[in-house]
Amino acid sequence: MTSEDYFIQGNEACARGAIKANCRFFAGYPITPSTEIAEDMAVFLPREGGTFVQMEDEISTLGAVIGAVWAGMKGMTATSGPGFSLMQEHIGYAVMTETPLVIVNMQRGSPSTGQPTMASQGDMMQARWGSQGDYEIIALSPSSVQECFDFTVEAFNLAEKYRVPVMVMSDENVGHMREKITIPEKVEVKARSMPEEGPDTYLPYRADPDGTSPMPALGDGYKIHITGLTHDERGYPDASNPQAHSKLVKRLCNKIRHHTNEISRIKTENVEDAEIIIISYGAPSRSALKAVRTARDQGLNVGFIKIDVVWPFPEEMIQKAAGNAQRVIVVEMNLGQIFYEVQRVLPEVKVELAPKIGGEMHLPEEILKQINSTKD
Amino acid sequence: MRKEVRIAGFGGQGIILAGIVIGKAAALYDGLQAVQTQSYGPEARGGASRTELVISDEEIDYPKVQHPDIFVAMSHEALLAYLEGLKTGGILIIDPDLVMEDEISSFITEHNIQVYHAPATRTADEKVGLRIVANIVMIGAITGFTGIISEEAARKAIAASVPPGTEDKNLSAFEAGMELSREEV
Amino acid sequence: MDENRENRFMKYLRKDRLPHIFCAGCGNGIVMNTFFNGMEMAEVDFEKVVMVSGIGCSSRIPGYVKCDSLHTTHGRPISFATGIKLANPENEVVVFTGDGDAAAIGGNHLIHGARRNINITVICINNSIYGMTGGQISPTSPKGSYGSTAPYGALERPFKLSEMVKAAGATYVARWTTAQPVQLSNAIKKALKNKGFSFIEVMSQCPTYFGRKNKMRSPIEMLKWMKEESIVKRRADKLSAEELEGKIIVGEFQNKEEPEFSDKVCQLLEAQCTTGKPSSTRSAFEGD
Repeated sequence: MTSEDYFIQGNEACARGAIKANCRFFAGYPITPSTEIAEDMAVFLPREGGTFVQMEDEISTLGAVIGAVWAGMKGMTATSGPGFSLMQEHIGYAVMTETPLVIVNMQRGSPSTGQPTMASQGDMMQARWGSQGDYEIIALSPSSVQECFDFTVEAFNLAEKYRVPVMVMSDENVGHMREKITIPEKVEVKARSMPEEGPDTYLPYRADPDGTSPMPALGDGYKIHITGLTHDERGYPDASNPQAHSKLVKRLCNKIRHHTNEISRIKTENVEDAEIIIISYGAPSRSALKAVRTARDQGLNVGFIKIDVVWPFPEEMIQKAAGNAQRVIVVEMNLGQIFYEVQRVLPEVKVELAPKIGGEMHLPEEILKQINSTKD
Repeated sequence: MRKEVRIAGFGGQGIILAGIVIGKAAALYDGLQAVQTQSYGPEARGGASRTELVISDEEIDYPKVQHPDIFVAMSHEALLAYLEGLKTGGILIIDPDLVMEDEISSFITEHNIQVYHAPATRTADEKVGLRIVANIVMIGAITGFTGIISEEAARKAIAASVPPGTEDKNLSAFEAGMELSREEV
Repeated sequence: MDENRENRFMKYLRKDRLPHIFCAGCGNGIVMNTFFNGMEMAEVDFEKVVMVSGIGCSSRIPGYVKCDSLHTTHGRPISFATGIKLANPENEVVVFTGDGDAAAIGGNHLIHGARRNINITVICINNSIYGMTGGQISPTSPKGSYGSTAPYGALERPFKLSEMVKAAGATYVARWTTAQPVQLSNAIKKALKNKGFSFIEVMSQCPTYFGRKNKMRSPIEMLKWMKEESIVKRRADKLSAEELEGKIIVGEFQNKEEPEFSDKVCQLLEAQCTTGKPSSTRSAFEGD
């Protein structure tokens, strides 16, 4: 098996990862700073026998992807803040109907149109809570071009395994930076599983209380009904039944929550006896890493946690890795989002925020300064 | 060894491509690590253009340029805008036809800057007969003056980055840039 | 019920979902009958039918039909239908929608579906009111008509949907009312046979809300009104705007051949594909 090296942008790496993961449908709408993903998919998908379509807005891009996924393809769309806001309606629909798909969000300065060519991590809570109701999704946060490729592949596999929309929450920094990446000839691809039962006995939404079910494609003869309304195991609307709603929505949440430790992932460095632990994810984790290494050179006992899979939030992993620290500093490119999650799961630890907005990554010395400060 | 490079000029000079080629040469053909970034405004044409590179033999954590070791200025505006960031003892490469060097002479002396001259645009025009390859001439000059990437890697990266059919013109532009560095040194 | 007297289209329904939620006298039943009739006349393979709908009374129709069906979000069924058709052009995709769904919140998707000329059939049941939410006016409510959000009469001008969809590029467009089931069935047959974007606008009665608020209390009265006010397009073309005031222009608005979108996508894949697999239909089921 051979692999090939490329010097490409994070956006291009997402597109390459999607194609390797067997994504054969992409619906897109131009938006800075994610447009290169759509452009690459427009070039490469037809060569693989896949379909690219440019839709009239981001609402319809996700609608088209959901349609194509039910028709038997793996599908993706990519966007940034304003488009991500428009997609929230169909994210909810995909959650409710258990449609596996991938959304890449190259986050930019917000609110509103904000800073199209600058970076932020301002959509992290929107990824978690943006559509109405109780639900769970999966979100990965790449910090490098290689991770853009790897995490996109992983996103497709997680989407199929848990039948849930999976978000690749990157940002303009990573989307537009170029680095060397290695693309293997083959990657691990999780195939969608067909129901073992025939159409007479198959129930599309029959699953364990924290599980999901195999899904056939439209046209396979199963004649299924798919609705965003509260539905029973047959998929039929049962919207006024409190028990049906409770059973369905709890299952949709628990199929993710109960598998947090299998889905989520953190990377740690020197956390065992660290007095201070820096927690970060995505692009600023690289500023944080540099600050941590410099601090250690200065003789400080500083550990580092990088969160790769941010949602579901790796609560137990963080508690295990940072529970004994005296101080934890959360480095993120917003005014505090994941910070509150860390604070929630580490009630005994002094958790500080190292925020940054404006579009640029934290300077390592900004983080270093906070490490060295003894403010209480 | 972490080296930071900044190349700046105006839109249309192929500044970004120059950054990509150097990054590609380092990362794919010299066995180094490299990160290339860029900044751009909303205009599709014209305006200021800037690309930055971090090149290292170790994993690159922080990917942005803070204090470049090498600054390449292809316009006077860019020279004035970014000169301040250049490291003391750093290397400045300028296109003497496009900048007024005397305006920065005190900074050069105070910060012990090594200045090299590469009239890339004129050379592209006169030696290659194609003004648009000025960026590739400049890659030749950067390679020759600084050795940040190897000649062989630069040639491979150029051939792999330019439109098919234009490889020869671009490689001769690169050689012309190398020649500029030999003349000056 | 006596088996012999069962409606001949009952075989197409999910009997386990009956009774349906539609009001007595609603036009949806007539539209379902005319659809199945047109479908049989067009010799469409029912096994390949995928129905897609948005939100509203008319959008509940696919849920009662024993085929693959997606009951989607308000106004967006055409975007879902676009993905379903492109991912597998073998699917016979039919969208059921209403005036609120297609003309208000989904207006943009409607005109872009028509512009692409993608081979789907859109049946828009236009009853000039929001039924499911209790009788609010819609973008097709006649000027001056009453709704719960127009207690003093509608001030806005209504959309002429068929004319608009024709202008947007659909290749088959027809408008009929529930009072003309034969013509409607024929139009649905032609729409299903048309290889391109087909749009059927069915003017329909909502006795519960539109009728009650506009002094036409019985469904019969409404059907009569639609029949009397209908004027065929051929005749209407010769009349002035004043003479057509309050009339329902019925007939075919468009019927022409144009290259179809999913065909064009397939041709592109044939031309560009380097893996020897220009169709990725059902590719999600392939893995290591």
